[in-house]
Amino acid sequence: MKSFGKYMILMSTLFVRREKFSVYWKLTIDECILIGTDSILIVAIVSSFIGAVTCIQTAANLVSPLVPIYVVASVVREMSILELAPTFTCVVLAGKVGSSIAGQLGTMRITEQVDALEVMGINSASYLILPKILASLITIPMLVTFAGLLAILGGYTAGILGNIISTQDFIYGVQIDFNEFNVTFALIKAFVFAFLISSISAFEGYFTKGGALEVGQSSTSAVVKSCIAVLVADLSLAQLLLN
Amino acid sequence: MIECKNINKTFNGKQILMDVSASFEQGKTNLIIGASGTGKSVLLKTLVGLVHPDSGSVLYDGRDFTLADKEEKQVIRREIGMLFQGGALFDSKTVEENVLFPLDMLSEMSKSEKEDRVQFCLQRVGLDHAAKLMPSEISGGMAKRVGIARAIVMNSKYLYCDEPNSGLDPQTSIRIDNLIQEITHEYNITTVVVTHDMNSMLEIGENIIFMFKGQKIWEGTKDNILGTDVKDLQNFIFASKLIRDMKN
Repeated sequence: MKSFGKYMILMSTLFVRREKFSVYWKLTIDECILIGTDSILIVAIVSSFIGAVTCIQTAANLVSPLVPIYVVASVVREMSILELAPTFTCVVLAGKVGSSIAGQLGTMRITEQVDALEVMGINSASYLILPKILASLITIPMLVTFAGLLAILGGYTAGILGNIISTQDFIYGVQIDFNEFNVTFALIKAFVFAFLISSISAFEGYFTKGGALEVGQSSTSAVVKSCIAVLVADLSLAQLLLN
Repeated sequence: MIECKNINKTFNGKQILMDVSASFEQGKTNLIIGASGTGKSVLLKTLVGLVHPDSGSVLYDGRDFTLADKEEKQVIRREIGMLFQGGALFDSKTVEENVLFPLDMLSEMSKSEKEDRVQFCLQRVGLDHAAKLMPSEISGGMAKRVGIARAIVMNSKYLYCDEPNSGLDPQTSIRIDNLIQEITHEYNITTVVVTHDMNSMLEIGENIIFMFKGQKIWEGTKDNILGTDVKDLQNFIFASKLIRDMKN
C-alpha cells in the first residue's frame, strides 16, 4: 500500500511545475522513436509467428466435417484482435520498453543526474517521466494495431503454405461475423497497458537507490510488475467491457 | 551569504545532523570538512534543498529557503549551481549540450546569446576543444570541469561542490581547486565545497567548518587549522604522516 501511495504521488507530480510545451514535444518525439520505432522488429516477429501458430493449432484441433474450414480464419482473427495483439505484444513490450525505462531512470538516479535536474529547479519527474508515458500512449496502440494485422497475415501465410486453408476461405473467415467493437476493445486495452508499462517502469527506475546492482533489480522488478499489472488489467477490462 | 541555523536531520531513527549552524561568506571558498559518515553530504543536500531538515532553516541572503513556497524556491534554485561528485553529466548529451541545458530550460536568451555563453563558459574551464564530445569520451577531470561550466552558465550566485577531487590525480585536483577558487573570486559568488582532501583544505580553505558525528565542532581558516587544539580535528588532520611531518 505504501508503494501504491508513493506511485500515486509520483503520478500527480507529473502535472505540476511543468516546463515549456516545446521541451516536452521534442522529448516525446525522441521517446516515440525509442519506444515505438525501435520495437517494430520484435513486435513484427512475435506477432507473425503467434498468428501462424494459432492458425496451425486451431486447424489441428478442429478436425471435423461439421466445422467449416473458414472457422480457422475466424478464430485467428478473434484471437489476434482480442488477445494476442494487445496482451501478448504488451507483455513483450513490458520486457523491452519497461526494462529500458527503469534502467535509464535508475542509472540517472544513482549517477545524480536526477538530483542535478532538481537543483536546477526542474521538476525531474515531469521532465523525465511524462514524455515516456506520452510516447507510450502514442506508439503502443500503433504497435498493437500493427501486431494484429501481422498476426492475421502470419495466420494466412501459415494456412496457405501448410495447405490448411485456401485464400478464399481465409478471407471469407476473416470477414464473417466481424464485430467492430473488438477493435475498439483492443485499442482500449492497448492504451491502458501502455500507461501501466511506462508508469510502473518509470516508478521503479525513478526511486532506485544504491548502485549498479540495484539498477538491475529495478529493471527486473519493472518487468515483473508491469507484466502482472497488464494481466490483471486484461482480466478486469474483459470483465468490464465484454460482459 | 548562505546561512544555516540549528539544522537537525534524522534518517531511520539515527540523527545525522545535530543542531548545525554555520555561515558561508560571499566571495570566499567555504569548506565543509570531516571524515566519511559525519553528515557533510547530508548538510550539503539540505542546503540545496534535496533533503528537507526536520528542524532549522537555510537562508540565502536573508531569504528563508526552508519556509519558501514552490515559486520562491524556484527563484532561489535558479541562482544555485552545483558540481556533483561524479559530475552528473547527462549521458545522452554532448559536453556542449550539457552546458547549454540550463540555458535552454531556464533562460529567455536568444539562440546566439546562449551559444556565446556556452562557448565562454567552456573556454573559462579550458574545454572549448571538447564541446562536441560525449561524457563517455572525456576523463574524470574533464567531466568535473564540464560540471563547473554547467554550474556557472546561469551566472549562479551560489556554487556548491560535492567532493570535487574524488577520483582525481593530485595535479588535476589542484587544477580543479584553483578553478573553483578563481571562479569564486572572479564572480564574487558564495562557494561551498564538501571535501576530505587535505590539499584542498590547505589550498583554498578561506572559511572552514569541521563536522564530527553530525555536529559542527570547529570553524576557522586554512591559516589556523594546523594549530587547532580540538582533539577530533587533530585526529582528522594529522591522520597522515606527511601532514604530521609538515607540522613538525
